[in-house]
Amino acid sequence: MSIEPTTLPVRSGEDVVRVRQAVRTLAMDLGFSLVDQTKVITAASELARNTLTYGGGGEVRIERLNDGPKRAGVRLTFEDRGPGISNIDLALTDGFTTGNGLGLGLNGARKLSHEFDIWSQPGVGTRVTITRWK
Amino acid sequence: MNRLASRLPAIVEQHQQEILTEWVRLQLESGSWRAGRLQESQLRDESQRFLALLVSNIHKGMQFDARNSQWSEIREFLADLSRSRATQGFSPSQVATFVFSLKQPIFTRLRTSLLNEPEALADGMWETTLLLDSLGLYTTEVYQQARESVIARQQEELIELSTPVVELWPGILALPLIGTLDSERTQVVMETLLQRLVATGSSIAVIDITGVPTVDTLVAQHLLKTVSAAQLMGADCIISGIRPQIAQTIVHLGIDLSAVATKASLSDAFALALKRRGLTVTGSATGAARG
Repeated sequence: MSIEPTTLPVRSGEDVVRVRQAVRTLAMDLGFSLVDQTKVITAASELARNTLTYGGGGEVRIERLNDGPKRAGVRLTFEDRGPGISNIDLALTDGFTTGNGLGLGLNGARKLSHEFDIWSQPGVGTRVTITRWK
Repeated sequence: MNRLASRLPAIVEQHQQEILTEWVRLQLESGSWRAGRLQESQLRDESQRFLALLVSNIHKGMQFDARNSQWSEIREFLADLSRSRATQGFSPSQVATFVFSLKQPIFTRLRTSLLNEPEALADGMWETTLLLDSLGLYTTEVYQQARESVIARQQEELIELSTPVVELWPGILALPLIGTLDSERTQVVMETLLQRLVATGSSIAVIDITGVPTVDTLVAQHLLKTVSAAQLMGADCIISGIRPQIAQTIVHLGIDLSAVATKASLSDAFALALKRRGLTVTGSATGAARG
């Protein structure tokens, strides 16, 4: 895999599978442990499905981070032009969902990552960035 | 174009042998036939048969119609050719080129035969183009249909194959899940399990997720729904195959699986199921003596 960031579409259930596979390949390539791989893949799966289900589809940017020789990481940016989130604190509350899911995905993705950033504006879209270091 | 009877059929028939020789020479020169495992003799034979079929058909009409029985011979020939070339490793465009490459030798004959009749020449070239284009595209269509039917069959097989419910012991079922649990498959999984519970009169079902690479909230939700449906039917579920990395991830996600019995391995789950049924496993006397 190249150092260049890759951008994948998130428009169907198959795309979610493809995002997981791409993140798995990168995490393995960076030498993530099995537990760390599983965490970042699961977080990617949650956010990709949110992008698809609630954002109406969008895309994900997958970046390889090299911050010094020992510190490698994966940064994922999910972006959609969907309805946006009016109350981010509420959306991050476990058990809260506007759909029919468990309401654990967004906050779960935050807990599975080292860095978490969310930007959303109603009517404009949502952008979620997570980073997991090795 | 109907104001004059077309001159094309007569010209092609009259020069059939020259056209064939030229066509085969061009195909051999281009070298594209070597892309697959095609014999030169086979190429000659196929070219000859196709041209003969074409000559006998263009007398009856110039518009190729795949549904018209008039074209059935040519249609079958091209379908066979497309399929056999596909298995020989040709790409769809290489298969279509077989037909398209006939244009040049026919054009050459038209030009020499209709030297002083530019209008008839233009008409003849246009008719040839229309006919050969539709025939060439037909080969691509057949190629694609063959591929699509293979993919559709494999998809169905995969859905069926990936959800076997096996009886581990009378009254104990196991459902080994493998791969991605997208919603369509989960539906099949759930139905199969519930049906088999009724059919076998089983009271315990072990759902093994060793083969599921990622357990996120959606997968967990599907599992929990399957478990509650089974419980409504009076059956107990045990989820097995929870690997360490999956366990940690589930905890971070905040998924509550405490209502379900979970085990790390299928054998642990089986032992628990036997215990719940009041069964014990003991080594036989001979087995114990051996080992």
